[in-house]
Amino acid sequence: MSYHAIKEWIAMSEEKNIPLWEVVLQDDMAERDVSREESIQEMENIWKAMLLSAEQYDGSLRSNSGLVGTDGKKLEEYGKKGDTLCGDFINKVMTQAVQVSESNACMKRIVAAPTAGSCGIMPAVFVTLLKENKATEKQIIEALYIASGIGKVVAERASIAGASGGCQAEVGTASAMTAGGLAAIKGGTPKQVGDAAAIALKNLLGLACDPVAGLVEVPCVKRNVIGAVNAVAAADMVLAGIESVIPPDDVIDAMGQIGREMSYKIKETAMGGLAATPTGQAIAERVLQK
Amino acid sequence: MNIFDILGPVMVGPSSSHTAGATRIGLTARKLLAEKPVKANIFLHGSFAATGVGHGTDKALVAGILGMQPDDMRIPHSFDVAKEEGLAFSIQNKDLKEAHPNTALIEMEGENGRTLKIQASSLGGGRIMINKIDDIDVNFSGEYNTLIIHNVDQPGHVAEVTSLLAHKGVNIANMHLYRDRRGGYACMVIEIDQQMPQSALDWLKRVEGIIKVTYFNREVA
Repeated sequence: MSYHAIKEWIAMSEEKNIPLWEVVLQDDMAERDVSREESIQEMENIWKAMLLSAEQYDGSLRSNSGLVGTDGKKLEEYGKKGDTLCGDFINKVMTQAVQVSESNACMKRIVAAPTAGSCGIMPAVFVTLLKENKATEKQIIEALYIASGIGKVVAERASIAGASGGCQAEVGTASAMTAGGLAAIKGGTPKQVGDAAAIALKNLLGLACDPVAGLVEVPCVKRNVIGAVNAVAAADMVLAGIESVIPPDDVIDAMGQIGREMSYKIKETAMGGLAATPTGQAIAERVLQK
Repeated sequence: MNIFDILGPVMVGPSSSHTAGATRIGLTARKLLAEKPVKANIFLHGSFAATGVGHGTDKALVAGILGMQPDDMRIPHSFDVAKEEGLAFSIQNKDLKEAHPNTALIEMEGENGRTLKIQASSLGGGRIMINKIDDIDVNFSGEYNTLIIHNVDQPGHVAEVTSLLAHKGVNIANMHLYRDRRGGYACMVIEIDQQMPQSALDWLKRVEGIIKVTYFNREVA
């Protein structure tokens, strides 16, 4: 039996007395008719691809349009001075988020998580955790199951596509998935995992998908930074004992509803928001003539 | 929807619809042609035409036609690969009436002279739909092995094909019939759970009234 709500998922974990990630694993085995080993192997492949997506960064490259590129290198060098406002760990998370997103814009290989536009968020947090010895690979694989369990509920109840739900459905979902995985790695209870996802998503509700010239570049790359930092903050909040007043399934439903109420102009059509500003329009004209 | 639709695909950026989906459209077109393509005229519609170049949609379509998967690192250089592999191609914008915003039309010719015209759209998250083959509606996703048969619209062809499938132990998952007019050009689109044996495909090609047999094998690159 599968779950269609965070609440059901947590109940299944308590009923069967197995961890949350194990529920997702067993669900995948049933859904795709694969063995435990095959499922874990596939998740490890995804993780390896994520690690590679972080390693391949070339700080000298710019995208076809020329709009993004080289910023990941700037953040990295700034961090090395040891005097950032956000501190070392967050600087590294931010750097990784920009680097993976810029690599995506430069046609490098990434993992859509859940989409290409939000591909920097999960590696930003999980790759940095591994590099900083704050988590083992086994913990991260389990966290990836938790993250995909959250993403699956969001995809079923709301949306993970900017064209139907705006950026909240892409960066918001990626941030919620990451926050839940993070809370689990740090020993959070199933309720705390759900609350971390709820808080992360709440913070990004209403976010428009308004890409300049229709490209996955501006403002997507920088929004990946916010998605990643927001995930870390949400996890820290629940680990401090803070609860989400609105439960996760309600937050997900609210996101879906907001997505339906949003104008089509701010759902990936490049007709509203930043894309429709005079500067956005001028850039679009220049880029599309190329 | 399984969890690897959420976490994945592993793909070359920047867009799951405009890059990964476009590669898949090209790859599906190649599989349907069933021989090495030597010529491809590509037409981009809607958002594919408006933002395709910035998303590498043009390169991704050519990459797919060359047999590359969505995670192939050669996608950004597919135009060079096309030169090396002797694929002549052209890319233009075209307004395809009432098509999905992310749609491409591909006219292809293979090394043995087989031609095929395919219209397909990218639905998001890398998923695609083949809308038309040789101007006839087909509407299949490429998630199943698919048999596409063009025939003269006359009684008995569906029975011939389905009996053959039954005889070969092939189960039908979905089946659709289309025709342009009564007694005209008809098309069967049959999604199947097993593989279609080559001998059965060859047999079908010789049946009177069957004009063209196209097979999409999802497992073969």
